[in-house]
Amino acid sequence: MHVPDGFLDAPTSVVTGVVAAGGVAVALRKARGELDDRTAPMAGLVAAFIFAGQMINFPVGAGTSGHLLGGALAAVLVGPWTGALCLSVVLLVQALFMADGGVTALGTNITLMGLVGCFAGYAVFRLVAAVLPRRTSSVAPAAAVGALVSVPVAAAVFTLLFAIGGTAPVDTGAVLTAMLGWHTVIGVGEAVVTGLVVASVVAARPDLVHGARHLVETRELEIRKAATT
Amino acid sequence: MRSRRFFVIGLLAALLIAGVGSYYASSHPDGLEFVAGETGFLDSADEPKTGDSPFADYQTSGVEDERLSGGLAGVVGVALVLVLAGGLAYAVRRRGSPDSSESTD
Repeated sequence: MHVPDGFLDAPTSVVTGVVAAGGVAVALRKARGELDDRTAPMAGLVAAFIFAGQMINFPVGAGTSGHLLGGALAAVLVGPWTGALCLSVVLLVQALFMADGGVTALGTNITLMGLVGCFAGYAVFRLVAAVLPRRTSSVAPAAAVGALVSVPVAAAVFTLLFAIGGTAPVDTGAVLTAMLGWHTVIGVGEAVVTGLVVASVVAARPDLVHGARHLVETRELEIRKAATT
Repeated sequence: MRSRRFFVIGLLAALLIAGVGSYYASSHPDGLEFVAGETGFLDSADEPKTGDSPFADYQTSGVEDERLSGGLAGVVGVALVLVLAGGLAYAVRRRGSPDSSESTD
């Protein structure tokens, strides 16, 4: 979903740039609450993994492809604020070194995939986790649903920006329909990848998963003295 | 699983995906690019300003072999992101963890 330079006009790009800068500034302060000596390396690993995952375009039919966006994945693994920082670093490296996503569109891309992706994904994750049984096996399916929803939500926000500041005179309704349709299909891929990765990490190290940590702590409190036989 | 083992496996997975797996990725346009083409605003995109980067389009300039060229760009990208995001996370983290008095850095 990397927006190139030129799709959106300068005023819109300035506004998304300000939104992105503000979001990153707040995230830098809030991420402190999510990061300690144990989880800081996890943030580096998650960002690196998302960069790699975004290189894998999977076909979704009719000559179209999609790839992992990673917002929901990052938010569940390291927390939404740290996740937004991870995505921002990925998008910065892609724009500067890989010519993927425009430099003047960096604010737009951080807003869409970093802020909207992480927070929409995380909000839905929390909602689903609240209705599922409180155990670690619920974390991956909840993350998958968050991922599924986050992609069309980001696509809808792009369409909103396009309606406000798109440089080409194209009917917004047509863009919205096409964006939502394709990105719902891409969201299914996002859900599968997110669910599998979260399930693997929860299986190996649930204590390192932001969205599972409270469950692990609860379980640890229940541990009693070793049974004496 | 020990932390070191966990991080080594995770990093190897990322390097394998970016360095080897990316060669097999679909080359079709992504959702946004496809929609832009279909609805008629693809031409409003400018040429990328960083198009002369040595890793533009996930290819390493000067490396002929396509598999090696893309793999190298992927590995460099993973390393860059790991160092930048990891460094940022270390910089903003709370020092020490509540249950350990010593701080190892």
